[in-house]
Amino acid sequence: MTRSALRTGRMLQVAGASAAALLTLSACSSATGSDKGSSPGKPSGTVTVFAAASLEESFKTLGKRFEKEHPGTKVTFNFGGSDTLAASITSGAPADVFAAASTKTMATVTDQQDAAGTPATFVRNRLEIATPPGNPDRISTLKDLTKPGLKVVLCDKTVPCGAAARKALDAGGLKLTPVSYEQDVKSALTKVELKEADAAVVYQTDVRAAGDKVAGVNFPESAQAVNDYPIALLKNAPNPKAAKAFIALVRSAEGHKVLSRAGFLKP
Amino acid sequence: MPIPLLVPALLGLAFLLLPLIALLVRAPWRSLPEQLTSAEVWEALRLSLVCATAATGLSLVVGVPLAWLLARTRFPGRGFVRALVTLPLVLPPVVGGVALLLAFGRNGVIGQWLDSWFGITLPFTTTGVVLAETFVAMPFLVISVEGTLRAADPRYEEAATTLGASRFTAFRRVTLPLIAPGIAAGAVLAWARALGEFGATITFAGNFPGRTQTMPLAVYLALQNDPAAAIALSLVLLAVSIAVLAALRDRWMTAS
Amino acid sequence: MTDLDGTTTGVRTEGLDAHLVVDRGTFRLDVTLTAAPGDVVALLGPNGAGKTTALRALAGLTPLTSGHLRLDGTPLDATPPESRPVGVVFQDYLLFPHLTALDNVAFGPRCRGAGKAEARAQAAEWLDRMGLADHAGAKPRRLSGGQAQRVAVARALATRPRLLLLDEPLAALDARTRLEVRAQLRRHLAEFEAVAVLVTHDPLDAMVLADRLVVVEHGHVVQEGTPSHIARHPRTDYIARLVGLNLYQGRAEGHTVRLDSGPAITTTEELSGPAFVAFPPGAVTLYRERPTGSSARNLWRCEVAGLETHGDQIRADLTGELPLTADLTTVAAAELDLHPGAAVWATVKATQTHAYPA
Repeated sequence: MTRSALRTGRMLQVAGASAAALLTLSACSSATGSDKGSSPGKPSGTVTVFAAASLEESFKTLGKRFEKEHPGTKVTFNFGGSDTLAASITSGAPADVFAAASTKTMATVTDQQDAAGTPATFVRNRLEIATPPGNPDRISTLKDLTKPGLKVVLCDKTVPCGAAARKALDAGGLKLTPVSYEQDVKSALTKVELKEADAAVVYQTDVRAAGDKVAGVNFPESAQAVNDYPIALLKNAPNPKAAKAFIALVRSAEGHKVLSRAGFLKP
Repeated sequence: MPIPLLVPALLGLAFLLLPLIALLVRAPWRSLPEQLTSAEVWEALRLSLVCATAATGLSLVVGVPLAWLLARTRFPGRGFVRALVTLPLVLPPVVGGVALLLAFGRNGVIGQWLDSWFGITLPFTTTGVVLAETFVAMPFLVISVEGTLRAADPRYEEAATTLGASRFTAFRRVTLPLIAPGIAAGAVLAWARALGEFGATITFAGNFPGRTQTMPLAVYLALQNDPAAAIALSLVLLAVSIAVLAALRDRWMTAS
Repeated sequence: MTDLDGTTTGVRTEGLDAHLVVDRGTFRLDVTLTAAPGDVVALLGPNGAGKTTALRALAGLTPLTSGHLRLDGTPLDATPPESRPVGVVFQDYLLFPHLTALDNVAFGPRCRGAGKAEARAQAAEWLDRMGLADHAGAKPRRLSGGQAQRVAVARALATRPRLLLLDEPLAALDARTRLEVRAQLRRHLAEFEAVAVLVTHDPLDAMVLADRLVVVEHGHVVQEGTPSHIARHPRTDYIARLVGLNLYQGRAEGHTVRLDSGPAITTTEELSGPAFVAFPPGAVTLYRERPTGSSARNLWRCEVAGLETHGDQIRADLTGELPLTADLTTVAAAELDLHPGAAVWATVKATQTHAYPA
């Protein structure tokens, strides 16, 4: 994904968040009325889910499934950078569920007492080395990336995948000078897809999403830098019943099947 | 002064200035000295100035002759070529960066030969930054110079040829001095555009402190987790560009 | 005049021998031009006649469609302008605004290979000769019209051209400067040893500056000859108007020329066949009543179409039996009570007419 598209995307999502917020407000005011009064057992109405961008495909699949299993419900998503989403939640966006890409981000929400109960880690994402198809440079370990002449790109330390990569390198006691610190995981991956870089350290899910355009190499140090994805019901959720049902679906075996297909690991 | 002109003019001015004023109002003035003492900031600023100036120089060397070609010669498809020249103006810079990768990248159309014949790779290098900035900034120069050339009387060139000057001599000794103000204006525009370049640069040249991390890149990355630092960096960039543009304006633009 | 050289020897070995054909769609220039070294030829004609096109073709700025161009025996048709031994003084001079007068004049010698110091020395000499030594350091915008014109002439002459072209050299000047500059230019052209061709629509400039006039209308030469010959024998209305003559065409039989339009004019010359008759407006006498005692046989009934002051005289445009212009004093005009629409009788003495074969 390109940078400006990403940024514009974020801006749209922020705008979308507030628009969605307004919509949910009006939708829920009627929905909650009928909701809370009738049929105590069955979820209904609209569930608003704020989720990290990397979850987009899996969650959309799960959302469709949820709507099918619970007729009369509708799942509205707002995908974006976890930090941005957290910021809109703490400033009052009426969401039911928040699924973040890191515990650190979730902490900003729990710190504000905006979550109901303790967030639960539902998947984990591990780093992987992405190389061009066929792994032409025969990279098999993280140490291989320090070979002279090899062009490696990392994420900038200001973004989560960069912080994680640094942690993994530190864990392996390795010193790596990349050719570039990319602004996000997608552009790091793009450099490998275009064969401008020989390798990049990215998430497993990103390697999986790129299909056969890149090859993935696992490395043990990634265990030291695993990202936990927590999910939480929000305190001011307009539709807590349906939200709980959605979280249950995400954490169910069925949910895991969908998520593991995207490359996520079990917690 | 007619009100129908004055009111929109002031609105326009306010619209341009308010975001800058907001930047100043919300700037972390107290922590500013501390923000700006990091070597990385000055490294990025130095790189920005060097690359923008080099990109302007490169734009001048090839852009002025290109403008001349568009303004003073006739060839089939000239209108189309002019449209192509202005394309980088409408192209999202990130797309420009990807296009540059596809052309000059290690596996690019041209880049693969540069690599295998000369061992030159452009992505992730300072040269790559200059190229990316030139790609985005040169159209400003070409358009400005072409406009000036069109307004300039071509008969001066004819007069020069009747005095024995070849077309190139006529261009160098007569046309060039005549259109100098337009070239200066175009160069300033191109320089300013290059200084603020972000998308094409980060896409084509990546981001590495001291080598390819210019100020806009540093600002963007700082914005991810430290907005105060980003504002501080922006203020530096703003101050430097205002100083340079004001100085150039006095020296070049009003002299002629 | 050396007009006939070209036709007898075929190729001129000295001077200019040109047949300029330039096709521009609706407009076609087809002009033959020859001149010996030392000649000053004026291309005279109304706006749009093709004079400037001819000049540009001579300079190489406009390509010839066909024809030929030889200067001192050397064909120049395919020579680019910068390699032609041709100097041009442009209508608005086109002095390079960023260069001083000195550097403007030095530009040509520099381009033709002289060193910087040498070119400047030559330029200083030319400016001195033009009486502009004091203005050598001035930029063109600081020069008066007359000074700029002289710098332009110096700049063109500094390349030592074998053909000097001047496009409306005096048109940009005000009347007073013009008088002075015209006299100076005449002196410089007289000193110039090669061919000079000047383009003008001003008959006075042409007659003062040139040895020979070539009158161009609609892209073609309609008449050429010495200024005095052309002034006395105009062959087109345009030339007649330029030189201020009433001109008529008809058939001569003895002392009478019967005009194609009807009336006859009695002349002193005895001719037969197609002929022109010309007489100056001053030769016309006007009466409100038919003159009874007049011996003039040229008597026509006319009507005043318009009046205008012309110098210290009144010029009357007449229509009627014979359209003509007449000059009369302000006093006479007042006494006759002339006004547009007034009926008058016009007479011209035969001795004041001039008839010549067409």
